[in-house]
Amino acid sequence: MTPITPAHYVVLSAALFTIGVIGVMVRRNVIVILMSIELILNAVNINLIAFSRQLGDAVGQVFAIFVICVAAAEAAVGLGILLAFYRNKETVNIDEMSLMRW
Amino acid sequence: MGEAIAFYTLAALILGFGVMVITARNTVHSVLFLVANFLFVAALYVLLGAQFLAVIQVIVYAGGIVVLYLFVVMLVNLKRPPEAHRDRRRKSGLGLAISLVVLAEIVAIAAFAVVQPAHLTGPKAALPPEAANNVEQVGWLLYTQYLVPFEVASMLLLVAMVGAIVLARREL
Repeated sequence: MTPITPAHYVVLSAALFTIGVIGVMVRRNVIVILMSIELILNAVNINLIAFSRQLGDAVGQVFAIFVICVAAAEAAVGLGILLAFYRNKETVNIDEMSLMRW
Repeated sequence: MGEAIAFYTLAALILGFGVMVITARNTVHSVLFLVANFLFVAALYVLLGAQFLAVIQVIVYAGGIVVLYLFVVMLVNLKRPPEAHRDRRRKSGLGLAISLVVLAEIVAIAAFAVVQPAHLTGPKAALPPEAANNVEQVGWLLYTQYLVPFEVASMLLLVAMVGAIVLARREL
């Protein structure tokens, strides 16, 4: 069995990223779309930490902490917007959120 | 050998739960699959020698963000299923095709990097005199070289907190 190289982690990360992109593109429930964005950010973190280990440098882990921080902020604000929208429109379907679309 | 077994097991679990997150019909099930996904990603971080990140992942993601999602799923009690309304102009097949193009692009970049490997030897950051463990390394970098980004991140969290409170108020 071949040893695990950073390429393996990059492939795993690419697959997880693509799953997230498919979720954003195909699903219509906004909560699921926000969760797909979390999957995408996790894929980025896997890349950062894999390269951090390959280079023997902890800077990648510091950047992963910043990514987690931004993900937390994004989740809080995104879900706040979703609650405000739900209070007005009684829906979380993204097909009905077309108020500002041309 | 052991690392290979652990990696393939964790990769299969991560991808499997990732697919289940985006395919589950019930949103609560989706959130619970997301917790499992985050926990296995944390195990992958341990495999990569980033124990501090693994603990942060469990506390912030699996403990904090997911609880936020669960709260919203419970608050948004839907009288009709969220996916009932279907826009005739929506083209899910096109979205899937674009996603696969993204995958092809990433694979192409990775293949190019294999053909022409870049030499990733930048200047190393200054480490503490005896950088013993992972937590010490990360903490040292975070409080010396990356102090300003750290403070900016704290401001970002403060702004996000205020914004979430304002958005979720009753009279918007």
